[in-house]
Amino acid sequence: MYDIVIIGAGVVGGMIARELSFHKLGICLIEKENDVATGATKANSAIVHAGFDAKVGTLKARLNVRGSEMMEQIATDLGVRYKRNGSLVVGFNEEDETTLRSLLDRGNANGVKGLKLLTREETVALEPNIGKEVTCALHAPTGAIVCPYDLAVAAIGNAMDNGVELKCNFEAVKIESRGEYYAVKSENGEILAKYIINCAGAYSDGVAKMVGDDSFSVHPRRGEYVLLDKNCGGIVSHTVFVTPSKMGKGILVSPTVDGNLLLGPTAVDGEDKEDKAVCPEFFASIFGIAERSVYGIPKNKTITSFCGLRSVGSTGDFIINSPLPRYINVAGIESPGLSASPAIAEYVVQLLRDSGLNLERKESPVTKRRSMHYFRDADRKTKNKIIKENPAYGKIICRCEGVTEGEILDAIRINPRATDLDGVKRRTRAQMGRCQGGFCSPYILDLLSRELGIPYEKVTKNGGDSYIVIGKTKEEKL
Amino acid sequence: MTDLVIIGGGPAGMSAAISAYENGVKDILILERDDSLGGILRQCIHNGFGLHKFKEELTGPEYAHRYAKRVRELGIPVKLNTMVLEITEDKRVIATNSHDGIFEIQAKAIILAMGCRERAKGALNIGGSRPAGVYTAGTAQKLVNMKGYMPGKEIVILGSGDIGLIMARRMTLEGAHVKAVCELMPYSSGLARNIQQCLKDFDIPLRLSHTVVALHGGDRLTGVTIARVDESRRPIKETYEYVSCDTLLLSCGLIPENELVSGIGADISPVTSGSIVDQDRHTSAEGVFSCGNVLHVHDLVDYVSEEGEIAGKGAASYIQGTDVRNTDIKISVDGKIRYSVPQRITEKKDVTLYFRVSGVYKNVRVNIYGDDKLLISRKKQRVAPSEMETVKINRDMLDNISELSLKLEVVQ
Repeated sequence: MYDIVIIGAGVVGGMIARELSFHKLGICLIEKENDVATGATKANSAIVHAGFDAKVGTLKARLNVRGSEMMEQIATDLGVRYKRNGSLVVGFNEEDETTLRSLLDRGNANGVKGLKLLTREETVALEPNIGKEVTCALHAPTGAIVCPYDLAVAAIGNAMDNGVELKCNFEAVKIESRGEYYAVKSENGEILAKYIINCAGAYSDGVAKMVGDDSFSVHPRRGEYVLLDKNCGGIVSHTVFVTPSKMGKGILVSPTVDGNLLLGPTAVDGEDKEDKAVCPEFFASIFGIAERSVYGIPKNKTITSFCGLRSVGSTGDFIINSPLPRYINVAGIESPGLSASPAIAEYVVQLLRDSGLNLERKESPVTKRRSMHYFRDADRKTKNKIIKENPAYGKIICRCEGVTEGEILDAIRINPRATDLDGVKRRTRAQMGRCQGGFCSPYILDLLSRELGIPYEKVTKNGGDSYIVIGKTKEEKL
Repeated sequence: MTDLVIIGGGPAGMSAAISAYENGVKDILILERDDSLGGILRQCIHNGFGLHKFKEELTGPEYAHRYAKRVRELGIPVKLNTMVLEITEDKRVIATNSHDGIFEIQAKAIILAMGCRERAKGALNIGGSRPAGVYTAGTAQKLVNMKGYMPGKEIVILGSGDIGLIMARRMTLEGAHVKAVCELMPYSSGLARNIQQCLKDFDIPLRLSHTVVALHGGDRLTGVTIARVDESRRPIKETYEYVSCDTLLLSCGLIPENELVSGIGADISPVTSGSIVDQDRHTSAEGVFSCGNVLHVHDLVDYVSEEGEIAGKGAASYIQGTDVRNTDIKISVDGKIRYSVPQRITEKKDVTLYFRVSGVYKNVRVNIYGDDKLLISRKKQRVAPSEMETVKINRDMLDNISELSLKLEVVQ
């Protein structure tokens, strides 16, 4: 019997797990996929929004601003890459300028610090490559970028250091209320817990229905992105948004914490919560749109393209409530969900406390985590010391991103453990560079097979049946 | 201090090392990132290598072995499992391996021989889902030939580069069904002999002017949407066609792996993505030479070895201070000829120009002008981007000219 089961190991579930793990509680984090951070957490804009977008008085506004304030310290504690690069919302005409003025007012009302409306000249002074038609911009110096899956992996790793259990491939299909506790059932058995926190992202409405709560629904909004080569990230230093419309914040152009350039997302409302297909026509339009904001984006430097699904709630705001005793919804966490995630965790802990849960802080909980990038970020002398102790750090496996065997073994051995190729990729960046794993994936297959003690044929790209090879050559079954 | 550091122990690097040694430089070090010499030849177990060089048909490993054996006989030191991280302008080479950690070597001269990589899926802007089952042809070749595993059994191949063609045959021989090879261009990007021996002989359809526009499948690939493309290579929506398969192999071009060059400021050609070099394969960075697929992508390893020899000899002259610079002739091309290597000549001597054309042309003349004077005119029945052409320039043609221009002229 656990005190709490958290359903969904994305950045929201992860941050909540971490915050709760500082207390004397038995906690289980369950995830339907083979790894953590595989839903909206792995495919979004990677932005810590300043907080001028959300309507005044909403949970979104409050938790965004608070989350943005908390993020830098948490990223530092967890060894996650974070950069306060500031953001610019650019306008192209007087109508946009009017919208930007109202965003400025809204941001001020939300408590966002340092907002300023800039002329074209002032904007160009900040970003020389800003689009030629840009006439004005809203500058938000507190805007930042962070790696979202790095953050989720680190938060969950930290929670596990404090005793939280993680169960992957554990999909809640039924929930029974048994008086003082709940039974969360899956095909792989059941988990008993006194409290449930529903962080199931796109499927959070389905989980709510399992306890009889049909007060909201969540629909997926598709967002397609292209990621450009590391030598393109320098084209802008700020995150550049266009003036928002009712469908969202439009196509942004942003450097990432790893130095790539990210363009996207599109915004297409859909029904299918698994449809993450990139529309073939997307490529023809994205560069033209992005080029309006930022001039000179190289079109032939694409490294990859992908589609993420935002979980859009039916209420228009984050849905964080407790419709039943000992059950909390954390649903509809669309943008600015990543930015708000530390504050969401804080808020959920408060809700639990208010509901009467005895939250006694551990004497000395682990609050910090060694960065997954500690080797990469070390100086040469330190690196050589590490290599001397463990020669695996001297051997480069991913040549494009310079990832060593030692770092890949860390990803496979340190909680939450990577058990597939994509898991190694998210933790180390191996396979994330220009050759997209062309050279290194067979070596990583070797390491996964050896470390997990499974044959080659059982190693997957991302769990399920995503096998890399189907069998040995010269076998009859072909 | 080491006289000559060679980065890469594939065919280019080995050949360069042997040539430098035979031209008098004995203090050489080869740095190789894999666990054995040979480079990509190790996984090319088919035959057809060495027809020019040895007048016999060798497999890739056999061809590599001849050079690796010679490197050993000469006692040229090799560091395996060693990855070069950086080269500096003053020719310090910074590398890492498990044994030495991160270390530095000061070189008098450096030869770049890092080879190339395959264009990856992400760069091809293919829509649809992101399932397992999509590999570059070279990755599949490594899995099948070196690891002994099959990536799948129902195969579509995008791109008709030579590795893709070789893998079409290889997968077929291993019992897989290769349903189609789609090529974006109206002509194949592979060698004519490979089209015959790897596709036609096995009844594998080659669909020219076709591309893959979308991937389908959740965990593992279940099919692809292919489409015909118009003259500007845009997919035509009315021709979308679903082909079921569990594997997509990509053979869509090779890119010189030149990231190290950014540290030394050598000029890079936007056409070849390799360094701009003179007749000795000397780059614009003093004392840094380049050869093989890191300089420009070759179709035959025999030419790679030849280029390694030139670079090795050139580096030896540079180290010994016997290199001569008595002219500066720019080599220009007309567009129909995409590029030539070398791009400039700094010493008057016999020079072979290697060049590629930008499309398939029939009944043409390759004309070479010294300034405005026609020096050489060669008739060609057919030229194609997939086949590298050569022409030899004699020393005496180089007197009193400042530019050599290569032009492809259609015979009326």
